[in-house]
Amino acid sequence: MLIIVGLILTSVVVAAFFLGAFIWATKTGQFEDTYGPSVRILFDDERKDSDASKK
Amino acid sequence: METLLGIDETAATPAVQEECYHCGDPCVPGEISLGDKSFCCDGCKMVYQILDENGLCNYYDLEATPGVKLKSVPADDQFSYLESTDIKKQLLDFQSETFEKLTLYIPAIHCSSCIWLLENSYRLQPGVRQSRVNFVKKQLTVGYDPTEISLRQLVEQLASLGYEPHISLHNGEEQRAAHPNRSLFIKIGVAGFSFGNIMLLSFPEYLGFDGPMDLEVRTFMSYLNIVFALPVIFYCSTDYFLSAWSGLRKGFINIDIPISIGILTLFGRSVYEIMAATGPGYLDSLGGLLFFLLIGKWFQQKTYEGLSFERDYKSYFPLGITRITGGATEAISLRQIVVGDTLLIRNREIIPSDSVLLSSHAQVDYSFVTGESEPVDKKKGAYLYAGGRLVGERIEVLVDKDVAQGYLTRLWNQDTFSKSDEGKWQSLVDQIARYFTGIILAIALATAIYWSFHDPSVMFTSFTAVLIVACPCALALATPFTLGTAMSAFGSRRFFLKNATIIEKLAGITHIVFDKTGTITEAGQSAIAQVGDLDHSGKELVYALVSQSTHPLSRKLFSHLATGQGLTLHSVSHFEELEGKGLQGSVGGLKGRVGSAGFTGWQSAGSPLNGASRVYYSIDGQQGYFEIINDFREGLDELIGMLSNAYGLSLISGDHAAEEERLKSKFPVGTTLRFEQSPQDKLGYIQSLQARGEKVLMVGDGLNDAGALKQSEVGIALTENISSFSPACDGILEASRFSRLAAFMDFAKSSKGIIIASFVISFLYNIVGLSLAVTGLLEPVYAAILMPVSSITVVAFATLSIQLLTRIKKL
Repeated sequence: MLIIVGLILTSVVVAAFFLGAFIWATKTGQFEDTYGPSVRILFDDERKDSDASKK
Repeated sequence: METLLGIDETAATPAVQEECYHCGDPCVPGEISLGDKSFCCDGCKMVYQILDENGLCNYYDLEATPGVKLKSVPADDQFSYLESTDIKKQLLDFQSETFEKLTLYIPAIHCSSCIWLLENSYRLQPGVRQSRVNFVKKQLTVGYDPTEISLRQLVEQLASLGYEPHISLHNGEEQRAAHPNRSLFIKIGVAGFSFGNIMLLSFPEYLGFDGPMDLEVRTFMSYLNIVFALPVIFYCSTDYFLSAWSGLRKGFINIDIPISIGILTLFGRSVYEIMAATGPGYLDSLGGLLFFLLIGKWFQQKTYEGLSFERDYKSYFPLGITRITGGATEAISLRQIVVGDTLLIRNREIIPSDSVLLSSHAQVDYSFVTGESEPVDKKKGAYLYAGGRLVGERIEVLVDKDVAQGYLTRLWNQDTFSKSDEGKWQSLVDQIARYFTGIILAIALATAIYWSFHDPSVMFTSFTAVLIVACPCALALATPFTLGTAMSAFGSRRFFLKNATIIEKLAGITHIVFDKTGTITEAGQSAIAQVGDLDHSGKELVYALVSQSTHPLSRKLFSHLATGQGLTLHSVSHFEELEGKGLQGSVGGLKGRVGSAGFTGWQSAGSPLNGASRVYYSIDGQQGYFEIINDFREGLDELIGMLSNAYGLSLISGDHAAEEERLKSKFPVGTTLRFEQSPQDKLGYIQSLQARGEKVLMVGDGLNDAGALKQSEVGIALTENISSFSPACDGILEASRFSRLAAFMDFAKSSKGIIIASFVISFLYNIVGLSLAVTGLLEPVYAAILMPVSSITVVAFATLSIQLLTRIKKL
């Protein structure tokens, strides 16, 4: 039965890690803008292309 | 006939792109174009050229026609005040020799293309080091090197692309405020974490494992549950305890008191049971209760980040003022103005302090401050009150009073204008809480007394069980979820509320007071009818003549002729403006006069309709007139028809009574119509209605309504553009939705009905739970089921029925 105690403690540690991650994300303002990042990731970094095509 | 024509046109020109490539407005194909792209105006074309030259055309690939039409060409020196170090210091978040950083509020941000362009603006602006958009708040955080680009250049560049920032010092202060939602998010996270873990560790209890489970392991799990419950009690519940405590101290019972009692009893009894090894306690219910309650709170607190409901006169004032000292102009900030300064005021700028006019004449639009619909003519030496907006040529004024002593500031700072908001009004749930708490305590005591005679061993358990099961969590959830859903339903229909409780207040309104100028009439919009002969070239002559004049009627006529008439603006020769008479001049040999009846030689003048103004013309034998009427908002008749059945109506206006007869015919008989009301009068009128026991809704738009908006139970500001300045209020309604006001009011009333129905459901659960608790039968597993089920039913009922209601009512 001791193994259950060990498992429970392990699961609690993992859960606490995720709670910590959530608190960190909130405190660093990652839930402030819920739209911007979703489109930002899709922007192509085509700086060289457009410069080349222009000239 | 017209529909046929319409079909013909579209059929004949299917291939031609008729939308402006930049902003999507309809445009004449081929008129203004570049390559194969058509534009509606030169402004849009210019922005396209700038982007094209800098390889930023990806802007147009992300979304079709993402551009923002330039409303007006910004004046050269519009942003010159940004060079003042005093103003810069207040705006910048960070400042050093080579790096400056600030956050700008840009209402035009609306799509992913905007984000892309603004974040790639370093290609346009060499000194920009970093730029980041917060889409929800419509803010751009930009860092730049002041040795390469000045703040003024940066802002001017943004404005030239259509992303003109709204700069006010007031906003700057707001931005630096803390983020209240963050702590709520963390509380929800912690409560969810504890709730989930406690449920998991309570599993053996739910399933009734007795055999193989070691007693020691179960004890270990129970103690672990207590550890998980500690943050719930000491962190997540603090708001409820504080609110309950402050309610008690004021001798006022709110809903948080029975909730706090429930939370504390749950925790106390659970700890006792675990310590005494008599049972597993109800900690899972405790976690769930807090988790749901906090979610409800978050739901109700959803606010419109981009909007400000607390603006005061300071954000109406201009940030930078141009001062003339010894022939040279310099930009200074508002607080640097001293008596005796000479200031330069440009077209569309606001007069910052009470001052004397030095230029020969000026036209000042006070509609926002006093409600007068027409701009006022002022001669040299006239006294100009602060808050007026200059129309026409630039003027010079001599400051007579400090900004703090000016008319507008004094008006604002009157004590009567500051609303004592709290305490007067009690929400439905708090009203119920008063009886609820008493009844629950009585039942709990009665149960305890009953069992003390019959079986003292269950006295304590049944007493606490009553308190636990009666905890009004479902009751507390009904209001936030109903109102939160209703608030977002309103928001998606362009009616923005400061907070969700406004809906409950709206439901209790008995009397509606309207402002006139800008509220029931459309500011700047007039119905213009032309009577008499006038051919195309004649029209173009009138158009050219009025374009030269700053008279309010000329300006109205000008904007009327400028849209949808297909007229070209020619230059006028021999132009002359005769004061009090009219205009004359010629275009391409065609001579004409526009103005008063006598000036144009019009004989049979007749009397115009009430409130209407006429502009006569005589052009080469053609005579006639334009009739200009202040137009009422669309759907006003139906709106008043619907509202007059259920509410008392009044109209208070700062304008003169010229339109009284016309307005009388619009409103039902017996409606109070008051004219020439000062802001103080408006406030007084609201108070007199309230003294009669009326619950007043004020609908206004200007600073002159500010006091009335604050004093009334609910103050709604009407605005053409939700991001522009509106006085402090409880709700902002976009002007185009004005006619839907009756539907909103009706919906608010139905929402209250839904809250009451949710209360009934939660009471039914309470009765079932109580009957178990009174008889001493409440097992932890029943409590664990009953609590979340009751909460979830109430939440589901409230949200779904509101959504159903929006369909039924066709909101």
